Amino acid sequence: MGRYLSQRLGQGIVVILGVTTLVFVVTRMIGDPVNFILPLSASEEQRAALRGDLGFDRSILSQFGSFLRDAVRLDFGNSTYFRNEDALDVVMRFLPKTLQLAAAGMVMALLLSVPLGAIAALRPGGLLDKFLVTLSLIGLATPQFFLGQVILLLTSVKFNLVQFGDGPWTHLIFPALTLALPAIGRLTMVTRSAMIDELNSQYVKAARAKGVAARRIVGVHALRNAAIPFVTLFGWEVIRALAGYTLVVEAVFDWPGLGDLAILAIRERDFFLIQTIVFIVAIMVVLINIAIDVAYKIVDPRVKL
Amino acid sequence: MSEANPRRAGATATDEFSARQQEVDEARASEEGQEGRPYELRAATQGIFGELRADKAGLLAAIFLTIVLVGAVFAPWLAPQGPVEGNPSTASIDPIWAGGTWAHVLGTDAQGYDVLSRLMYGARTTLLIGFAVVLIAGLFGVTLGLIAGYRGGRTDRWLMRWVDVQVAFPGLLIALIMIAVLGPSKTSLIFVLSFNGWMVYARMTRGVVLAAKERPYVEAAEMVGCRPRRVMFVHILPNLTSSLVTLAVLEFARIILAEATLSFLGLGLQFPEVSLGVMANGGRDSFFSLPRLAIIPGVVITLIVLAVNFLASWLRVVFDPQEREKRFAAGATTAATTVEGAAT
Repeated sequence: MGRYLSQRLGQGIVVILGVTTLVFVVTRMIGDPVNFILPLSASEEQRAALRGDLGFDRSILSQFGSFLRDAVRLDFGNSTYFRNEDALDVVMRFLPKTLQLAAAGMVMALLLSVPLGAIAALRPGGLLDKFLVTLSLIGLATPQFFLGQVILLLTSVKFNLVQFGDGPWTHLIFPALTLALPAIGRLTMVTRSAMIDELNSQYVKAARAKGVAARRIVGVHALRNAAIPFVTLFGWEVIRALAGYTLVVEAVFDWPGLGDLAILAIRERDFFLIQTIVFIVAIMVVLINIAIDVAYKIVDPRVKL
Repeated sequence: MSEANPRRAGATATDEFSARQQEVDEARASEEGQEGRPYELRAATQGIFGELRADKAGLLAAIFLTIVLVGAVFAPWLAPQGPVEGNPSTASIDPIWAGGTWAHVLGTDAQGYDVLSRLMYGARTTLLIGFAVVLIAGLFGVTLGLIAGYRGGRTDRWLMRWVDVQVAFPGLLIALIMIAVLGPSKTSLIFVLSFNGWMVYARMTRGVVLAAKERPYVEAAEMVGCRPRRVMFVHILPNLTSSLVTLAVLEFARIILAEATLSFLGLGLQFPEVSLGVMANGGRDSFFSLPRLAIIPGVVITLIVLAVNFLASWLRVVFDPQEREKRFAAGATTAATTVEGAAT
């Protein structure tokens, strides 16, 4: 276990390093960021001075070296857009909103997809199964932004529930639902097909033969075994939600989270902010990947870490 | 097949669950009887289009995709107007079902451009990006997967580590940053989406190669002195066709969604280029006053993705006899098999 964890952590560091290097190199290819910070009327001396201040006049290698040195101390430099506020502080201010959204969405996905998939698997080919499969397929074929727009249109225009932007916790419901729906579609299908396999297996037949209650067969025996493929995919959903889909949902619902911040930072060419966001997201992705493996171990004791 | 009937008729149902199971078995048996012959035989006796005819969702999907494809490919000749042809005097005309005219079947947008024409040109761009990305990412991924699987050892370890690192990347975020840098154009979209999408092919190819490598025919080919390249491409690659085709089709659907998402966020293609995602982005501006401008492209994207998914499940059944039998045994609907692929 300990050996395993250290191995995974090592791999995680490679991932984080890879992502930050890529983003560092890529962002240095954007045109001169100084032009975005200073007004057009700024003189050439002012531009040169700022360039020197931010270190853009040095070679890329030396910039990267000092970036890595500072990153280890969690110093990512100052955001240029947010008036020289520390970039990490800015990210930390926006991060909780995204974590709320992702957590609410993923809890919804977990609570809905497992029972729905299990119910569908009880009678494969039945009316309820067909209905759920069709619904899941539509859910995972719809672009997430469109789902969000439809939900927004229905709730705010038709039912006059204005749920836009930041606000009390009720404002979280519809963005979280938008985040959850495609995941629910995919996870329901996975649960369903895993449950169909399990319910046709020998041990379920044996349990039924000796008269174990149906509820116990489905709820305890089959569900636990079906959880193995489910765990992997659920982990993937969490990663994709945190590292991508929240961007879309936040854009549709004006949710002031990390995704909104990322788009702003990209538009404004705020290098230091972009790097910080990517660094934080990469750390989260690595941690979730480790959590998936640990969850495996819990679900299936045969797995050796 | 033998797995599919855990309880034969005559066994008494002891609880609610097995009673249902019995109903399913009976329904299955009667279905088999009505058809006259088992389902999986149909493809063998009537060819792949016989299978398509048996699969209603697949057939509808194929028809819909053909229409979309024709409309997209021949947009310059079929579209009533150009994608950016119009002016404020023709702005915001209602579609035909809301009292519009036949001149603008789906109405016009806030700039006065014909929505149907833009849809056709937009689908053209979107499908082109989809095909290009599947081709590039597929070629790159399959080649690397073949090399990793066939060579094994250190090459394999390093290539797969590369795949692992890239899979762990926050995809959409990196894509956005790269597009912002490369500038919003078709080429950069294709490059970025290929860069983010080749790993699936590499992983799958490597898995198949590892399994095929142990087979006697590969050994025999090596024994008679075939070069590694010949063994890889002539002897091992054909094993991949069925899974590769299905994967490519599902990836195509994913790319369409990805293009739409990037353009929706305003970082994809820019005026005067038009894609389905660009139209969805345009719909944001007048979202509450003219919601149809967001709904029409949204629905079209959804339908295309849905149809491609159905097509993938049809292809899987056509190409893979094992899958055919599994589907028959599970009594599952056509759709059930698509998702495993779509979810990864």
